[in-house]
Amino acid sequence: MSTATAVDERVSKASPLTRLMRRPEIGALMGALVVYIFFAVADQTGTFFSLDGTARWTDVASTYGIIAIAVALLMIGGEFDLSSGVMIGSSGLFAGLLITEYNIGVWPSIFLTFLFAAAIGFTNGWLVVTTGLPSFIVTLAMFFSLRGINLGVTKLLTDTVRVAGIAELPDGSPRPGYESAKAVFASDFSAYSFRIAVVWWLVLTVLATLVLTRTRFGNWIFAVGGDSNAARNVGVPVRRTKIMLFMYVSMSSCLVGIISLMRLKSMQAGQGVTQEFIFIIAAVVGGCLLTGGYGSAIGGTIGAAIIGMAFIGIAYAQWNTDWTWLFLGLILFVAVLTNSLIRRRFQGARK
Amino acid sequence: MTETSSHEPAALALENVGKRFGSVIALSDVSMSVPKNQVTCVLGDNGAGKSTLIKILSGVHTPSDGQMYVNGEPTTFTSPREALDMGIATVFQDLATVPLMAVWRNFYLGNEPTRGFWPFKGLRTKYAKESCKAELAEMGIDIRDTEQPVGTLSGGERQAVSIARAVHFGANVLILDEPTSALGVKQSGVVLKHIRNAADAGVSVVFITHNPHHAYLVGDNFYLLNRGQMMAEYTKDNVSREELVKAMAGGAELDALAHELGAKG
Repeated sequence: MSTATAVDERVSKASPLTRLMRRPEIGALMGALVVYIFFAVADQTGTFFSLDGTARWTDVASTYGIIAIAVALLMIGGEFDLSSGVMIGSSGLFAGLLITEYNIGVWPSIFLTFLFAAAIGFTNGWLVVTTGLPSFIVTLAMFFSLRGINLGVTKLLTDTVRVAGIAELPDGSPRPGYESAKAVFASDFSAYSFRIAVVWWLVLTVLATLVLTRTRFGNWIFAVGGDSNAARNVGVPVRRTKIMLFMYVSMSSCLVGIISLMRLKSMQAGQGVTQEFIFIIAAVVGGCLLTGGYGSAIGGTIGAAIIGMAFIGIAYAQWNTDWTWLFLGLILFVAVLTNSLIRRRFQGARK
Repeated sequence: MTETSSHEPAALALENVGKRFGSVIALSDVSMSVPKNQVTCVLGDNGAGKSTLIKILSGVHTPSDGQMYVNGEPTTFTSPREALDMGIATVFQDLATVPLMAVWRNFYLGNEPTRGFWPFKGLRTKYAKESCKAELAEMGIDIRDTEQPVGTLSGGERQAVSIARAVHFGANVLILDEPTSALGVKQSGVVLKHIRNAADAGVSVVFITHNPHHAYLVGDNFYLLNRGQMMAEYTKDNVSREELVKAMAGGAELDALAHELGAKG
């Protein structure tokens, strides 16, 4: 054994390139560049590359991204949430019904809706850690339960499958609080109509990245996903960490639900359903491992950006938008393949 | 060494402890004591009850019969966290580190150094990386890059990181579950050296192994566990390596072991 100060002759210093390539989201970043250039070239309208076009695809990406970041953190923590899509609808309907059917103010309704979302997330997390069932099953059950409740309750209270009339009172005058809520959740800015949701998306990316890499809670997220037994053995509160992550995902879905409600001034009972897989695709494309313990928040953001570019880029290329799903499928496969190759090449990890 | 420590209470002691899982008797009537600042070895073959013993000592299982003492005080653990809080740290064979996490993140896992106040409470990443490297170097572990995932370290390095971590965070009692079983000769030597260093630094070590050669190199006291019962007890003064090996193996396996011993010596 060499002395403590002696340099280990077997190892060269990791080069900056190797360090860069070790980042979980590097594959997604390169993929995003390729996709961007691809659609910039394929564009038939000349707008994809412009600020107008950018405003369009970031709009799509932002509502996916806000939830994809949370889903990425949850996946790093080793769990899934299939109820993240339907929660958009549930939250929008919950807030909408409070506002229109029970005449509760716009802001108090929004506050209550976030509490409701936190409770749903807590239920998901508590059931997962208490029953020990796979989160895939628990949240699938939650997904279908909420889907049923969304339809049932909406029909019961409004006799239709949508909640409308958020912006106005029944007598046609503007509803107090709506304009200020719209300014926070659903306004546009600049001449190119960038949506305020983009700001939410980017701010949440930065916050989630800081939490993940610069706080002890972030350390715990990696640990519970990487090896929950080892984490428990060194004293990490595994149950609390997982429950908090489920609550964060539900509340992100809630934020998107409120954003949609303020934009559309109404909410369909089926809103958000089938989007849960888009968030998972974004997180996985961004470099999260399905088995947990590895990934990044910014990866989810880049994954969402790729999906946003695909949705808008295919329209601008004037192809049939039905092909979007095929494109997403291929992107998912290629991204995961590339990520695993990069990881093996630059990390020397064992799997 | 034994004479001086007989006056003060043992760091950890078991008295007539038994553990049943339904109709299966995993341990019965086991008594042992772990004197302070010494290495106490528990030897046993597969199925001897070593794992159950570790889980009782570390708070994973509560004993069905008998009493456990920490520093002479009767104690019952209901969770590993309670044992940890009393300074009893366990390094489980493969469950001590998170393979995909960086070395420094693993080292401070559960005891992260933070700065500032909520919600601006941040991890002191720069300090953690540097002090982790320094702490490990002090124990003679030269990690090239504390950013590399623990999964890329060798088995011996991983054990060493776990031991260094337990010692660094103030473990009074360190329980090691088969730390050398998956390692090569040289790596085992490194880990054994860390075990001895830890004991010399004032930690009471429980070293659980099926390898009498390793045990004899570092141990002060030896317990022999077989089929859930404590078969024999030795101190380093009253036993030779040959006797220990013989007691451990016995019968027909002796020739093969003697051969292995000869080849090694």
